[in-house]
Amino acid sequence: MNFKLKDIGPQLMTVIAVVLVFGFFTYNAQVNMESRGIDFGYGFLSQESSFDVQFSLIEYDGSHSYFRAYLVGLLNTILVSVIGIIFATVLGVIVGIARLSPNYLINKFAAFYVEFFRNIPLLLQIFFWYFAALRALPLPQDAEAMFGVSFLTIKGLYVPAFIWQNFNIFFYSVVAAIIAIIVIRIHAKKLQETQGKQTPVLLISIGLILILPLLSFLIGGVRLSFEVPVLKQLATTSFIYEGGVSLPPELIALALSLSLYTATFIAECVRAGIQGVGKGQKEAAASIGLTPNQVLKLVVMPQALRIIIPPTTNQYLNLTKNSSLAAAIAYPDLVLVFAGTALMQTGKAIEIVSITMFTYLSLSISISILMNWYNKKIAITEK
Amino acid sequence: MFKYLKQLTSLVAMVAVLFTFTTESMAAKKSKTLKNTQKKGFVRCGVSQGLPGFSNADAAGNWTGVDVDVCRAVAAAVLGDANKVKFTPLSAKERFTALTSGEIDILSRNTTWTLSRDADIGLTFVGVNFYDGQGFMVRKSSGITSTSQFKNGISACTNIGTTTELNMRDFFNSRGISYEPVAFEKADEVVAAYDAGRCDTYTTDKSGLAAQRTKMKNPDEHIVLPETISKEPLGPVVRQGDSVWEDIVRWSLNTMIEAEEYGITSANADSMKTSDNPQIKRLVGAEGEMGAAFGLDNEWNLRIIKQVGNYGESYKRNIADTGILPDRGPNELWTKGGILYVPPSR
Repeated sequence: MNFKLKDIGPQLMTVIAVVLVFGFFTYNAQVNMESRGIDFGYGFLSQESSFDVQFSLIEYDGSHSYFRAYLVGLLNTILVSVIGIIFATVLGVIVGIARLSPNYLINKFAAFYVEFFRNIPLLLQIFFWYFAALRALPLPQDAEAMFGVSFLTIKGLYVPAFIWQNFNIFFYSVVAAIIAIIVIRIHAKKLQETQGKQTPVLLISIGLILILPLLSFLIGGVRLSFEVPVLKQLATTSFIYEGGVSLPPELIALALSLSLYTATFIAECVRAGIQGVGKGQKEAAASIGLTPNQVLKLVVMPQALRIIIPPTTNQYLNLTKNSSLAAAIAYPDLVLVFAGTALMQTGKAIEIVSITMFTYLSLSISISILMNWYNKKIAITEK
Repeated sequence: MFKYLKQLTSLVAMVAVLFTFTTESMAAKKSKTLKNTQKKGFVRCGVSQGLPGFSNADAAGNWTGVDVDVCRAVAAAVLGDANKVKFTPLSAKERFTALTSGEIDILSRNTTWTLSRDADIGLTFVGVNFYDGQGFMVRKSSGITSTSQFKNGISACTNIGTTTELNMRDFFNSRGISYEPVAFEKADEVVAAYDAGRCDTYTTDKSGLAAQRTKMKNPDEHIVLPETISKEPLGPVVRQGDSVWEDIVRWSLNTMIEAEEYGITSANADSMKTSDNPQIKRLVGAEGEMGAAFGLDNEWNLRIIKQVGNYGESYKRNIADTGILPDRGPNELWTKGGILYVPPSR
């Protein structure tokens, strides 16, 4: 018994100390807020927000609640993070591999890119892309059409909107194609394990994902038409495009700077991962008759990914958190809409800051869990 | 990056204040804020991050403007020297937190007096030092001369965290016009984006529009539309709960306005001590006990007038002579057709 107390004593004391410190903070905040006439509560979330937001993925205007404004900000944060993560990963992998290229020009260019973009503060890059690059873009009335249907202007990128008929049939055809591909993959694996026969899985997959949706057009009654943006005059020198989909320049600038910045770090992770696989591994793989593609796919990548994934997870987390710099260039993310405007209009600083902190924490933990799951899946299982 | 450091410090200060033991005794005879200010030797004043005419710092870091003068007046009254002010530039978003957390003691930052702000968030407005209203700025070349020419799809640049965002919605909604609000955290970025052509119109208080126009690449290319879409009485704010401090700030402002009414200027204030008019004598500390209730000496108001000047002098120096708004409009004394009217010092 004595031994046990000695064992858990320090831990117990730590827990008590943590509880006391938090209790003290809460008590103090309460006393000070009371003495300053500030009341505490989350009731404001259901009140009418009465401010509009520039860009929103769900239906929203000032007649909705503060909670809805929170969702608008959260979704915008997720949107820019997802776009950023996708582009940063693609670019990062390409640049990381390019850095290992035997081609002097490609190699040095990739190295220059990495050193340049990772050594300039992100906020500065955001300002550069937004203000310097924005000023160089044409006004809507001067914009040249890209492919005849899209317009990149100072007020944003205008692209045609897709107008679907019987979209659900198209959707089912895509789902069917994906299921078919999975079944074929499982079957091909079995075939290889039992008979050593290799099936051209990739070709079949591409064929399926193209043919099934195409059939939905031909016999399923699916129709797709485009709504092309049209120039509209507001005043003598002020124009906008109407129709189609418009992407605000704030979103473009933010996604661009986040991707370019984070890609440099991912590139270094990729390079480290590939270089971390021993040369002997590749040579051994080649010596048993694997093709270079198979060497990369079956020997190098599985081992490299083990090294690449954990630091890349950090970069994804950084990108998501860095997206809060959006406030500087008017992209309506969680910080600008909720911890900015909503905080100002309600004055509920502690409530809103705590919700915002908790939200970022949840976002980060979700990414972590997802990446840890993936990491575990690809980890080499030692027998 | 620098700008964000400032936000960080204000956050740290907020946390620090929330989490320290402060045993506030409301019954203290002297105001706690006054005591602290005299102990520190300077008035802590929150101002804008640069709005010409209201609060703006020159290259050497000297602050000028009508909002700045309110803080200088308080410093002259309680410390005897109008220069003993520490200015903290704040964004619209930070300002109230900085005040309620105790980082500053006066917020004099072109802040609109509204019911919800006065009642909700632990603040008290002490008066109005500028009557303003929200307006719109457009490019001259657009051919727009009135807000009635606004059409669906117009994009409007503005600041977040201000009454502007709410007024804008009311305005466009009541006219059934769809619009794209582009809201930035800092005024400089709003100006840069509007100037680049990102927005068709820039909306904020008219005084702000007039002041920011001077920062544009080519000010003559822009006009402020005649319509005013809201009432924006701007004034200094203090924390709730220190009524003596509140009174000191209120009457420092009132003294400046009343001094103009009675023709007392920084130049003639000393000679006014021998005036025949008892109202004038009270304003320069030559009659009555006008400072005792605040815990101040009797010449606190004389120092304000001598060191900062009356309201008219402050307006002329900061707003009229700089070409921002040469016409005083509603900010003229009630005796001269304006609406500046303050209770008497007696």
